[in-house]
Amino acid sequence: MEIIEFQFNAGQPSKHRCLVGCVGSGDLEVLMEPNASGVLSIKVTTSVDGSEARWKNLFERMFSETLYPAMKLEINDFGATPGVVRLRIEQGLEEVSDV
Amino acid sequence: MSDTNQLLNQHSFVELSARQRIKALLDVGSMRELLGPFDRIKSPWLGLQGIVAQADDGVVVAKGSIAGKAVVVAAIEGDFQGGSMGEVSGAKIATALQLALEDNRAGTPRAAVLLLETGGVRLQEANLGLAAIADIHSAIVELRAYQPVIGVVAGSVGCFGGMSIAAALCSDLLVTREARVGLNGPQVIEQEAGLEEYDSRDRPFIWSFTGGQQRYTSGLADEFCHDSVEVIKDKIAHLVQSERPRFRSDQYEYFLTQLYQAGPEQATPERVRELYTNLEEQLL
Repeated sequence: MEIIEFQFNAGQPSKHRCLVGCVGSGDLEVLMEPNASGVLSIKVTTSVDGSEARWKNLFERMFSETLYPAMKLEINDFGATPGVVRLRIEQGLEEVSDV
Repeated sequence: MSDTNQLLNQHSFVELSARQRIKALLDVGSMRELLGPFDRIKSPWLGLQGIVAQADDGVVVAKGSIAGKAVVVAAIEGDFQGGSMGEVSGAKIATALQLALEDNRAGTPRAAVLLLETGGVRLQEANLGLAAIADIHSAIVELRAYQPVIGVVAGSVGCFGGMSIAAALCSDLLVTREARVGLNGPQVIEQEAGLEEYDSRDRPFIWSFTGGQQRYTSGLADEFCHDSVEVIKDKIAHLVQSERPRFRSDQYEYFLTQLYQAGPEQATPERVRELYTNLEEQLL
């Protein structure tokens, strides 16, 4: 088990919080909450050791190009593939941006 | 309607997550979750053993109403650690039942619904999980004297170990064809009894003994229905309103007498049903 943290630039705080997914085989849970303006912080707890580079690449691809709302992301991962991770995060982004 | 259409239009209960199940059962707008994931009351033991914990420890508890009747619902998330009962997840269920008990004692009727998908105690938390399961047992017995405590085993995990005792203590137990209920899981029995007697990979065989249909036809479950949100919701709405004058667990003398009749020969599902045929008469 490893704990890895990341930080990216962001816009205004998100309006809502949400939870998506489950810490089940090949899946992960993502807790999204509003953060201080301008900061997107991510804390990943993963069952897969040595996966830091994979998370870094995925998040850089997602968050350095587009400016997302300022959020705190807590990710509890049980061996999700990058595809599943991205789907879950996008599912969460949709929920926090809903009115 | 053709079978395919029926299948496509059916809303599966089994496929829903614990939180979605509660939302589907409660009256629209009535759901209030207690100790939700953002309260972050996680297992303090899993991380120490290198296992990723879940924010709600795999149990969702909510207050609300079903067809206007006040209830508390606790649902176990079978996908997280096999729905196992740890210190926190077990305490959440026990406390939910105890709060309902307090309401009833104060004159506010509140029934309980337990959505059970669990392999039993979480081995990493050993005695703490077992103690919580014992708390759940005694809370069910206390609460059912006031209001119905409805157990639901929909599948696909089933309900095993100490929590199968909790299921048996409920005033009513609802199962589906996908459900399994048993004290020991198939692999544990195979390990103890040997492959020739109990092959855990033989799914039809396993379901013929511990599956929902068998449990229902041998009188060990009270309601049997197919995997549909609407049907399960209707059944529960009916059950939380009804009273059961005698509980199955009060009939232990009958069960013991029947069990003593079983010989050492290989049991069959038919023989089990035969042994328990008169149960309904006993319960009336």
